[in-house]
Amino acid sequence: MTTSSVATPAPAKSAPRLRTPRKYSPGRPKRSKLLTALMALMVLYTVVPLIWLLINSTKTQAGLADSNGLWFANDFAFWDNIRDTFTYHDGIFGRWLLNTLLYVVLGAGGATLLAVLGGYALAKFSFPGKRAIFAVVIGAVAVPGTALAVPTFLMFSKMGLTDTPWAVIIPSLVSPFGLYLMWVFAAEAIPTELLEAARMDGAGEVRTFFQVSLPLLAPGIVTVLLFTTVATWNNYFLPLIMLKDPDWYPLTLGLSSWSSQAQTIGGDVIFNLVITGSLLTIVPLIAVFLLLQKYWQSGLAAGSVKE
Amino acid sequence: MRRTTSRLLRGLALVSALALGATACGSSDDDSSEQKQVSAADIQAALKKGGTVNVWAWEPTLKTVAADFQKKYPKVKINLVSERSGDKHYTALSNAISAGKGVPDVAQVEYFALGQYSLTKGLSDLAPYGAEKLASKYTPGPWNAVSDGDKVYGLPMDSGPMAMFYNKKVFDKYKVAVPTTWDEYLEAARKLHKADPKVYIANDEGDAGFTTSMLWQAGSRPYKVDGTKVSINFDDAGAKKFEAVWQKMIDEKLVAPITGWTDDWYKGLGDGSLATLTTGAWMPANFTTGVPNASGDWRAAPMPAWTKGDKASAENGGSSLTLPTLGKNKELAYAFVEYANSGDGVATRVSEGAFPATKAELESPAFQSKKFEYFGGQEANKIFAESAANVASDWSYLPFQPYANSIFNDTVGKAYVSNTKLADGLKAWQDASIKYGKEQGFTVE
Repeated sequence: MTTSSVATPAPAKSAPRLRTPRKYSPGRPKRSKLLTALMALMVLYTVVPLIWLLINSTKTQAGLADSNGLWFANDFAFWDNIRDTFTYHDGIFGRWLLNTLLYVVLGAGGATLLAVLGGYALAKFSFPGKRAIFAVVIGAVAVPGTALAVPTFLMFSKMGLTDTPWAVIIPSLVSPFGLYLMWVFAAEAIPTELLEAARMDGAGEVRTFFQVSLPLLAPGIVTVLLFTTVATWNNYFLPLIMLKDPDWYPLTLGLSSWSSQAQTIGGDVIFNLVITGSLLTIVPLIAVFLLLQKYWQSGLAAGSVKE
Repeated sequence: MRRTTSRLLRGLALVSALALGATACGSSDDDSSEQKQVSAADIQAALKKGGTVNVWAWEPTLKTVAADFQKKYPKVKINLVSERSGDKHYTALSNAISAGKGVPDVAQVEYFALGQYSLTKGLSDLAPYGAEKLASKYTPGPWNAVSDGDKVYGLPMDSGPMAMFYNKKVFDKYKVAVPTTWDEYLEAARKLHKADPKVYIANDEGDAGFTTSMLWQAGSRPYKVDGTKVSINFDDAGAKKFEAVWQKMIDEKLVAPITGWTDDWYKGLGDGSLATLTTGAWMPANFTTGVPNASGDWRAAPMPAWTKGDKASAENGGSSLTLPTLGKNKELAYAFVEYANSGDGVATRVSEGAFPATKAELESPAFQSKKFEYFGGQEANKIFAESAANVASDWSYLPFQPYANSIFNDTVGKAYVSNTKLADGLKAWQDASIKYGKEQGFTVE
């Protein structure tokens, strides 16, 4: 608004003439007040819970009950809360954090690896049954993981794997959406001619993959890694039915068990630690997002413009 | 008889997936080893040999008890697994029993849920271990809950004789007398709410545990259980007393629409908008950690009576430690349960804030004269101990009480949100419970 008035100090009469071409100028999209307002509402909707979390992690249990949710209480217990979160119950929160990291590194890392290998193969090699695999993968994307949790539990129970970390890691390795994404990405990002050239020069398939294809796939890999990391980090239902031993809980399950302590006769009520723990739980995820953002964005834009 | 039992077991298996495993292995166990007496020497020998005992229990003080026990018997390892939430705990226990795998050696089971497991032979009879000799140690309410005649399905861990907790600050501020009868309670509810529309005398959105405890105190005995013969009838004088008072509480909107155990509830207990809480004597521990900001505001008082001077009380909550039939290391498991709930463990648990079910602890001067800082120095245990002594012991829950409680809000709960009367709601609860009982193969009247 200010830029346009500075750039056009012309009288009001000429304004309509100036505005008309702007409507069609791709570099300067027209602003809609309605959309801006909607956007502001959405921002509020997404940011308020975060602000709430930040503010309330500074309160003690007493302060939580006494004060308004969106403003500070008289006590500032942020550092105490963080210390208590890590020391409560012999520091089990730290153990849960490590468990979550383990599940993410092995689960999400493994899922990404499998997706990259599979996606690349599906995109760049032709073999019988490819169409059937395509149908299965697309179908699998549509099946929510929650629906598969109970059958998976029964299967793992038969194999004697429940209540072990494998029960969480192995199902996390399967990411149909990641595979599909890698497939589409590999098809777009790696020119078949390049592969042919590499083969002509005498490179084997393995060398071609690692030295030619992999660097080109990097943005896609980061995108898939982000998706699987978020999914594994937030996973709740699968560990809930698979794990019984709190020593193997991920953060999601651990925090929920702290929260339900308030509903137990004689149980400690530690809403302040649940809130602080929740804040600590999302910090690594935010950090990962910020660090990988540029790769992720370039990944999303790939193939959108013909060059 | 045999036919009824097997039909009953099949029915229960469908819903709780509980009975299959229990019948497959439980009945044979029952015939061979269960009848055998286990002597104190057998238990001592097992303790010397050592082993691991898997315990599923959320009771927080058991952690110390387990550590003490291991110190005393270094060859025994107590593996304490806490689920910390009732529903999940029973689902996991039922699943394990039905799968016949991963069944704990010791499981915490609340009194209201004991019937579901004992009837399907999911729990070992502890009488052959000498548990029946412990009867006189416990107050009548809890003991009646764990035993039926000659069989003992668990040892009482804690109890919940009811008391009324009230916010003295609020009562003083509006100069309202602390009620001693339910009629006075209704009157106090009106006065408080009129003085400050934000203040309610209690929260209630329809709570099965609270309702059954109120009926218990009022002398109503809706459930009669004799093996697989069950009768359910909410149409008695006791239930009418409860309906008369509580219907008015609901109609005049004197109960706050807040669900118990939520953060809103803790908030209400803290800021004075909920003026009383009538519940089990275990509540002080939850007050201290959950509502620390209201320390000094609250006091304990006897539960209001139905007629002036009447001392009848009831239980709310409380749980036992049991030995699932499919568990292992029976001797060790029993030794631990006895240590925790009858032996040295009791003193440890009481000192950490648990409410005992044993007479000796309840009557001991140290326990009775304990001053509660939270209640402004009040010797609240005197009130609780008297309540425990005045609990009528002829109450019984249904063998499928967890299911009945789960449909409470669809039946009685309607009285709180629509124009349904409490009496009609109880009738609907009765009908639905009867229907379910019949489907499960019980003989229901």
